[in-house]
Amino acid sequence: MVRAVDPTELTPTLHAWEVEAHGLRSRVGRRMAVDGLDLRLGKGVHGLLGPNGAGKTTLIRTLATILSPAGGTLELLGSPVSGKPDLRALRRRIGYLPQEFGYYPKFTVREFVEYMAWLKEVDKRDVAGEVQRAIERVGLADRAEDRMKTLSGGMLRRAGIAQAVVNEPDLLLLDEPTVGLDPAQRLEFRTLLRELGERSCVLVSTHLVEDVSAACTRVVLMTEGKSVFQGTPDEVVAAGGEGDIGDSPIERGYSALLAGAAR
Amino acid sequence: MTAGKHVGPALLAAYLAGAPALPAETEWAVEAHLENCRDCRLRLADVVRVREPALDLVLGRVWTEVEAAEPERPAPTRPAWVRWARTWAPPTMGPWVLTGVLVALVAFAIDLAVPVGQSPLMLLLAPVVPLFGVAAAWSRRFDPLHELTAATPAAGLRTVLRRTTVVLVAVIPVLAVAGAFTGLAPALWLLPCLAFTVGALALGTVVGVGRAALALGLVWTVFVVAPSLPDEVSPSLLRQAALPWWALVVVGAVVVVVARAKSFAAPGSRY
Repeated sequence: MVRAVDPTELTPTLHAWEVEAHGLRSRVGRRMAVDGLDLRLGKGVHGLLGPNGAGKTTLIRTLATILSPAGGTLELLGSPVSGKPDLRALRRRIGYLPQEFGYYPKFTVREFVEYMAWLKEVDKRDVAGEVQRAIERVGLADRAEDRMKTLSGGMLRRAGIAQAVVNEPDLLLLDEPTVGLDPAQRLEFRTLLRELGERSCVLVSTHLVEDVSAACTRVVLMTEGKSVFQGTPDEVVAAGGEGDIGDSPIERGYSALLAGAAR
Repeated sequence: MTAGKHVGPALLAAYLAGAPALPAETEWAVEAHLENCRDCRLRLADVVRVREPALDLVLGRVWTEVEAAEPERPAPTRPAWVRWARTWAPPTMGPWVLTGVLVALVAFAIDLAVPVGQSPLMLLLAPVVPLFGVAAAWSRRFDPLHELTAATPAAGLRTVLRRTTVVLVAVIPVLAVAGAFTGLAPALWLLPCLAFTVGALALGTVVGVGRAALALGLVWTVFVVAPSLPDEVSPSLLRQAALPWWALVVVGAVVVVVARAKSFAAPGSRY
């Protein structure tokens, strides 16, 4: 059968960066968790590193359009997120996996992903196929008809990743996706990440430095609401010296960069 | 060549016998037709059975083997109507529907205790009060799926309107029955709300739900609230006699929503 070409596939990209932020500020309660952040992300897999409380989750929630920025400018997929943005069109092209997410325990995995596909306004005719594809991608096909409450932590995580990719997002935001995955699953997940990064902009927040060196093309290092370093994993390694804390070269580089920012 | 638009018996026989009895381009045409026409395929099967018993036997054996090798029955999926129903009311909505019923009963009790003296503010807010209740019930604190739902394009007024519709459809019959026993009409308070929610969804298919809700709010203020202000009587549209008219409005709006359901999911639609 001839594949129908969607008009959106043929429209040229009019933006230089999938995510472009200048002096972005975002508030959580009374605290400014993201405070004057500059960021430019293109296609590829970007690792978001930083200590606890650096504002990683707040940044990701802001990029997912759940929080509205308290200041600065933010452009997602070429459309500015301020004033009265067309959030609906934008959200159709975003995939988001929160750090913690609830679920309806009686849903099966397939129903969960199907329901999310419906909420994401995936074309009705494509829903069944896209859901199956997403479930296969995260390796849950054999558990697709099991209820969510019977899944283990790692499987729940993978179901979460499946719902994030079900709408083939151009901007994929994953908050701590590797928590609870065993080593074999983590390797598979890295392969999936690299595959997703070929056609979309993927931002992965993590505190596992080795995930970054293995799967990411770029690294964003943030602390206290600001981005202190953006570059390749090799540049992180190069920043580390013998005297820095860490067991691997990239860990030493990470702590060297953080120490440099604190000074 | 063919009888009407279908493949005639002679042509079917020729097709079965194969080349050179049939020119190649005719064979293509027949095949193209067979792909799309179930009746002609069935007729071809009959012809095969009569003229080529050997081929039929082989086919029969192939089918037997295919069926023997068939994997176990696929896991049962829920019926289509259940999946459809969930797009309106997710499974955890049960307790909240119950909450809605209880709230309505409380409202009924208040209505019973305070028979007269509707304040204009109450009148102004009456059709939207249940919406606040539904929005609160599905807030971050109560809805496990909130964090995921909030980031989806469907989030917002439209989803609240859909969920409110479900709650009202459950609550209004209860109130109607209760009203029939007590002689009061608390359902009268909720029917305008149902008309408002379904009406906003219906009008929303044309101008977007946000603008539709605003327009209906203005209509309500001008035609129902304003006339009742001078003498503080309950407006005629909220008396028992107006019930059939509200029901008519609801039915009309439902028809529009069903007929234009596709416009919500249309690619590039902002509504």
